[in-house]
Amino acid sequence: MPLIEVKDVSLAYDTPAGRVQGVLGATFNMEESEFLCLVGPSGCGKSTLLNIIAGFLKPTGGEILIGGKKVSGHGMDRGVVFQDFAQLFPWRTALGNVAFGLEMKGIGKEERDEIAFQQLKLVKLEKFANSYPHHLSGGMQQRVAIARALAYNPAVLLMDEPFAALDAMTRDDMQRLLADVWQTTGKTIIYVTHNVAEAVYLADRVIVMTPHPGTVKAEIPITLPRPRDPLSVEFLEHQKQLLNYLGQGTSKAA
Amino acid sequence: MTMTAQTSGDTGVQDVKAIDPAKRAAKWRAFRRATITIGLALATYEIIARTGSFPRALLPTLPMVVRTLFAMLLDGSMLMHSLYTLYRVLFGFCLAMVVGIPLGILMARFRRVEQFFLPLVSALMPIPSFALVPLFMLWFGIGNLTTIIIVFYAATFPMIFNTWSGVRSVNPLWVRAAGAMGADEHKLFWKVIIPGASPFIITGMRQSFLRAWIAVVGAEMIAASNWGLGWVIFDAKEFLNADVMLASLAVIGFIGFAFERLVFGSLERGTVMRWGMMRSAKS
Repeated sequence: MPLIEVKDVSLAYDTPAGRVQGVLGATFNMEESEFLCLVGPSGCGKSTLLNIIAGFLKPTGGEILIGGKKVSGHGMDRGVVFQDFAQLFPWRTALGNVAFGLEMKGIGKEERDEIAFQQLKLVKLEKFANSYPHHLSGGMQQRVAIARALAYNPAVLLMDEPFAALDAMTRDDMQRLLADVWQTTGKTIIYVTHNVAEAVYLADRVIVMTPHPGTVKAEIPITLPRPRDPLSVEFLEHQKQLLNYLGQGTSKAA
Repeated sequence: MTMTAQTSGDTGVQDVKAIDPAKRAAKWRAFRRATITIGLALATYEIIARTGSFPRALLPTLPMVVRTLFAMLLDGSMLMHSLYTLYRVLFGFCLAMVVGIPLGILMARFRRVEQFFLPLVSALMPIPSFALVPLFMLWFGIGNLTTIIIVFYAATFPMIFNTWSGVRSVNPLWVRAAGAMGADEHKLFWKVIIPGASPFIITGMRQSFLRAWIAVVGAEMIAASNWGLGWVIFDAKEFLNADVMLASLAVIGFIGFAFERLVFGSLERGTVMRWGMMRSAKS
């Protein structure tokens, strides 16, 4: 049985310009420990779909099951990482941020600090445990955000373009780090991006979405061995294939 | 005094900055500049006072004022006046926080509360607290009660307004992230909304205290008897004691400055500035 079932999910909302179909009839399944990328140009509904899975938005049609249970509202079976660095709480240290979810669970201070410290180690930030977010670089802040989302041990990690605001070099490092974290923890990850190369580097499977209305256009498995070489011929072939589905012009591939 | 402010407020990361010699030099320069400005103002006053174009009793020289100040400090009367004033201002100020912060939060969280209180706040806020002193005197008599109510009136509105703005300006992403991590309403409120709104709340406290401090001196002039810095100034006019007035003014200025710098300055440095939610000016 798949861990996540997205069944015919739709979301329409009203704007001054009329009714907009943000997501229309999205359907796919996910196995445990799978890394799935949602790729598409802006406005294709990929972030909206992620927010529905996260429980921040209610779909106007269809349903989502995680572990056989219907999603209604957010829950601790899912961890979320946003694009904006400002997602961290500035009044808490890196450690305090990571420990937040554990604190909400009612875990004692000593134990949660211990777990949080291990999570920071996972993203290689144990030296900055006592730093406040404003003393950390953008990449470091996003790593804290990943550690924070993993700390209370959710089954699923949802990531909404977490590295989009980083410079290209940092982004490459972060992708490598995330691939490591994923392999260490075995989490099920849904990752939203508009960057085709990023999707090919990270994903087991890519779901391509197109806008107006936001629909799933194709599902492409990526079976390249890991760690992947972004300069290999096969890697570039996959990128080309994705770009074809997206219709060339929308490419942002590096 | 500046030194005390540094050591009391700075902890952790900020310590590194305090040791930084360039920063220390810059602080020292700013201190010197302030001294020069104040020194020049005092010298100008002294020159005018000594030309004798005004009666000495109305425009006493600085040494006369200092002598009076010391005499009043030594006999304890200035301390008593200050303590009375501080009691009234702190009582009213704390009351304003107890009422203003929760009300501001409720207004920001519940539209009904906002719709009910916002017109009231907007209508009452511009009325100078001093204009209410005679009326409150009729209602509450002369003494602590009236002055405290005046202080409360002056201090509450900035507290409400800033808290209200602060809660509305809390980054929705924090609320979303906290919700995703399982924060219930109660936890969300204490662990996210309050710290998230803290830059505004602290600003509100500063403004409140300033208004309270101005209001208490004014209220004491009319509605207090025997004690209080405002009362002593007003009382001194009966005897043409300009030196007493100026000495009291110096104490009023000093206490206000001390609160602004020491209490609220440290609070700010220890919290929102340490968290990078508010910065000091770069140059």
